[in-house]
Amino acid sequence: MEKKQTMLTIDNLHARVDDKEILRGINLTVKAGEVHAIMGENGSGKSTLAGVLAGRDAYEVTEGEVLFEGKDLLELDPEERAREGIFLAFQYPVEIPGVSNTYFLKAAVNAVRKHRGLPEYDARAFLKLVKEKTKLLHISDELLKRPVNEGFSGGEKKRNEIFQMAVLNPKLAILDETDSGLDIDALKAVADGVNALRSPERAVVVITHYQRLLNYIVPDYVHVLLRGQIVKSGGKELALELEEKGYDWLKDTVAEPQPA
Amino acid sequence: MTEVMERQNTYLAAFERMERELAASGTPAVHRLRKAAIARFVEMGFPGPKDEEWRFTPTAALARIPFDLAPAGEIDLAMEPGAIVCDLAEAMKNHPASVEPHLARYADWRKHPFIALNTAFIRGGAFIYVPPNTNLKAPVVVDFQAGYVGTAFVRHRRCLVVIGDNSRATIVERYSGLPGEIYLTNAVTEIIVGPGAHVDHYKVQREGDKAFHQATMQVQLGRASRFSSHAVTQGGQWVRNEINAVFEGEGGECILNGMYRASGEQVVDNHTFIDHAYPHCASHELYKGILDGKARGVFNGKIYVRQDAQKTDAKQTNQTLLLSDDATINTKPQLEIYADDVKCTHGATVGQLDAESIFYLRSRGIGLAEARSLLTYAFANDIVNRIQVAKVREELESSLLEAHHLPASESGKEEA
Ligand SMILES: Nc1ncnc2c1ncn2[C@@H]1O[C@H](COP(=O)(O)OP(=O)(O)OP(=O)(O)O)[C@@H](O)[C@H]1O
Ligand SMILES: [Mg+2]
Repeated sequence: MEKKQTMLTIDNLHARVDDKEILRGINLTVKAGEVHAIMGENGSGKSTLAGVLAGRDAYEVTEGEVLFEGKDLLELDPEERAREGIFLAFQYPVEIPGVSNTYFLKAAVNAVRKHRGLPEYDARAFLKLVKEKTKLLHISDELLKRPVNEGFSGGEKKRNEIFQMAVLNPKLAILDETDSGLDIDALKAVADGVNALRSPERAVVVITHYQRLLNYIVPDYVHVLLRGQIVKSGGKELALELEEKGYDWLKDTVAEPQPA
Repeated sequence: MTEVMERQNTYLAAFERMERELAASGTPAVHRLRKAAIARFVEMGFPGPKDEEWRFTPTAALARIPFDLAPAGEIDLAMEPGAIVCDLAEAMKNHPASVEPHLARYADWRKHPFIALNTAFIRGGAFIYVPPNTNLKAPVVVDFQAGYVGTAFVRHRRCLVVIGDNSRATIVERYSGLPGEIYLTNAVTEIIVGPGAHVDHYKVQREGDKAFHQATMQVQLGRASRFSSHAVTQGGQWVRNEINAVFEGEGGECILNGMYRASGEQVVDNHTFIDHAYPHCASHELYKGILDGKARGVFNGKIYVRQDAQKTDAKQTNQTLLLSDDATINTKPQLEIYADDVKCTHGATVGQLDAESIFYLRSRGIGLAEARSLLTYAFANDIVNRIQVAKVREELESSLLEAHHLPASESGKEEA
């Protein structure tokens, strides 16, 4: 059997905002081909972890290391990480009045292609790519022409994130609660989008509160994040157990954060 | 003071020199109007810093230059079936009964020196008359180009737009000029929107970089009429746009949107005044400005809700993006409300680009510099996007993209 390549290594990662330590020693290894789910109660640090990986500068990393395909990820600017193949589907996608979805996406795709030494897409090639992906995610032409996320419903915004992911075709996709607020059809469309991306060379990290999504995107591992640490990891059955028991039974395993 | 007085006298002297020629255009009534207006201008003089309405918009440089009257030029106006579209000089001659009841009746030359000056020199311009119950499908384009004439010239641009009851019209006013030319555009546009009529007005201002541009648009909104204005300012070293809209009946709706970009030492002033004189009228106003370099912006939005104007719905928003530490904006919402059952809101934001938006773009692979350009473009384009005339919208959109060093949009091709 072929040995899976390590894609992402997070080693003892600590991060803070102002004086508040939010991530308190995260350890996680993601190999190519894997799907990891991260669950955990509100405020436990899931989005912070996702943000640190994508390069959001509100956080200060105080300790630890993150390697992406052997490179020191924390050294890279957010755009460099994206060009290297990291994609974050935002929990709260940003509205950008004044730029159409299509124009924005084309700028992004071409920035990535340029970085990889590929020729920029012309209108025709880009359109072909977009058409293919809109079908998969049931994104209407009308939505494509509208300004980025402006006035989109909650579900439309989430679907638009996955649509962007499908077009950008990342190596590592991090989905932050992409399933929240989705109706059943949208949930399936999002799952289809993610599953279409799955391959032995790619990996997915899904942050979610609900086991339901994991019926469609079946994870190899489930992790519980509590108070800034991963307190338990297991297989897909852990999600079912959490659904049933909540998080309280895990709280004894991790100390309350002390004020810095 | 005496120097400025002399300048006023330059205009008076020009008037006296031109008087015979001016008098030949229009009826004696029109010429009496001119004479009253020049006298009033001399009385008032140019506004100065002590004038509350002009506090942040210095007129000293403008007042100092002895602008000479530019030779009368032709303006290019396409005929419109079902309407009268012609040069104002021709209209004064051939359609005095349609012109005189309206001309200079609304834009108050007794109170405003620049309107007085413009009124004193009325001869050409644009006259647009749409009879009642007429739907004018194509936009009427009035293109004021300041060509090369040499020294400092002034052009008093004048438009009179009369839209009959229940009619529909779209008007595009364009102003352009040459780089390096010092000239003054002093424009007055009067628009009468008849009861039940619907008028969309667009102003595309791309004067030369040394131009002075002073403009007043006066709009009278009849009962249940609808008027929208989109004013895009990109040119001129000194710009002042004034829009006064008055509801003259119930149930009217007025939209005033504007966008301006200024850099270097440009001064751009937008003064708007909406007079809610009748109940059940709505006004929505959104002005966006982008200031770079040492540019100075002024926004003054006055909303006046009279005692009888119950159920007024007025919303005003002014957003300014400051791209440099030396750029400044003076923004002043002025709500005067004398009715008690109304909904009036206003909001002003001044700031830099939103950090989360920058991060969002970067997280998709777009570099920091391009992300900033794209967001600055987006900020401006948000107004341009609202323009319903495709040709005008697309032209402005591409000029904005170009100004921000962004690739051209292929939206047209993609749709095909
Ligand atoms: N920029 C910030 N400034 C201040 N506090 C922050 C900031 N970002 C995160 N926090 C705090 O850090 C903690 C973790 O937040 P985070 O968004 O990572 O939680 P989460 O696990 O994603 O929660 P949820 O399930 O509600 O999305 C919270 O207490 C939050 O208030
Ligand atoms: Mg979160």
